[in-house]
Amino acid sequence: MVAFIFTVVATPPSQFWAFGVFAAFLVAVARLARIPAHVILPRMLVEVPFVLFALLMPFFGSGPTVEVFGLTLSQAGLLAGWGILVKGTLGVVCSILLAATTPARDLLLGLDRLRVPSLIVQIASFMLRYTHVVGDEMSRMKLAREARGFEATGIRSWPVIAQSAGSLFIRSYERGERVHLAMLSRGYTGRLPELTPATTTAADWWTAMILPIAGLAVAVTALWTQ
Amino acid sequence: MHVSAMHIPDGFINAPVSAIAGVIAAVGIVICLRGARKQLDEKTAPMAGLVAVFVFAMQMINFPVAAGTSGHLLGGALAAILVGPYAGALAVSVVILVQGLLFADGGLSAIGLNIINMGLVTAVVGWFVFRLVVKMAGNSRPAVLTAAFLAGLVSVPVSALAFVLEYAIGGTGTVPVGTVTFAMVGVHILIGIGEGIITALTVGAVYLTRPDLVYGMHDRLPKPTVLTVNPVGKGAAA
Repeated sequence: MVAFIFTVVATPPSQFWAFGVFAAFLVAVARLARIPAHVILPRMLVEVPFVLFALLMPFFGSGPTVEVFGLTLSQAGLLAGWGILVKGTLGVVCSILLAATTPARDLLLGLDRLRVPSLIVQIASFMLRYTHVVGDEMSRMKLAREARGFEATGIRSWPVIAQSAGSLFIRSYERGERVHLAMLSRGYTGRLPELTPATTTAADWWTAMILPIAGLAVAVTALWTQ
Repeated sequence: MHVSAMHIPDGFINAPVSAIAGVIAAVGIVICLRGARKQLDEKTAPMAGLVAVFVFAMQMINFPVAAGTSGHLLGGALAAILVGPYAGALAVSVVILVQGLLFADGGLSAIGLNIINMGLVTAVVGWFVFRLVVKMAGNSRPAVLTAAFLAGLVSVPVSALAFVLEYAIGGTGTVPVGTVTFAMVGVHILIGIGEGIITALTVGAVYLTRPDLVYGMHDRLPKPTVLTVNPVGKGAAA
């Protein structure tokens, strides 16, 4: 996926057809993985701020120098805005597909096998494992605040919220210490056991490489015919 | 409206620069790993993990500003002050990594850029500012609060400057670099003021109840008296 995105990013934005092909690839992958559109579309909303930026691009790009170069600069802005918009969108869809097809545990195991330092993988797995615990703790604190009649109205309520944040930190930190002790007492040696040893076969690698290779082919053709 | 951390998406910065940033971020993370290991030893994984959870949760806490707008913390400076620059940067970087991989927040190819800007730069800058101010102003509560405020305040525009630098080298937009610098730094000084206030208030809250958990002060506080019991007949008590 990452390799595929790099090929997308490397493609010049003026080759409009190439992005159509990229989009078709992604639709095909989504079909193959049987991910319905209603899973993907709402999650695409995260890129809204950048869509705004891309839409503003032609105006800002032409702003200060419009008297000198006339229409040409705004055209460049349009093109760049289009490039950011389309590349960003394709990237977001890629990330969503990756997240939707791969369970968090497999993703972490994958990172582990890609030689990401095991400590990083462990930290990430702790983060995922305890996100809901700490998140629940946070919403209990919010409930408790509101039960005492607190209402977040503006900057004046910051000290109260920050106080909660401070105790949230202390609670998280102390939980970390307890988790560590519990792990030690269960024989933790600095590495998490891999429960389902899966091996990556050559066939898996080829399947994984189809998308980047196809993407590369499109990118190279696009550069060639530019 | 919600003012949120800007994760750079794919395609905003060109491919070579993104790739180089990935390498730099990886090197930075390895350095942080070494440092965190020295500090936390085999406790690194659970401790940094829980700090990452805290940063992640913290970014979900809304701080209302006015008239329906609200913002949230980036948390780099806060994490560095509370658990030290290495573990702090590590925790924030992992948060960004997980956000990129699992929540489609920020582009996958831009992960290196995002880690540099929001993880490494904010934590390192926040740490140095905090230590510098505490060194000059002393250990009093106002001094610690001021130091935390300045650390939060400075870390945000510097992080924006890092973005501007990346944009200048490999930006795909056509907005001139000067305009971007002006807009980014201007806006981020405002955001930085909010970040500074929240950082100071949060550090203040922790400092009041568990001053030993503020790592930025770990070598500046009086050491707790350690009581030891000597077996009878082995000489005087220590």
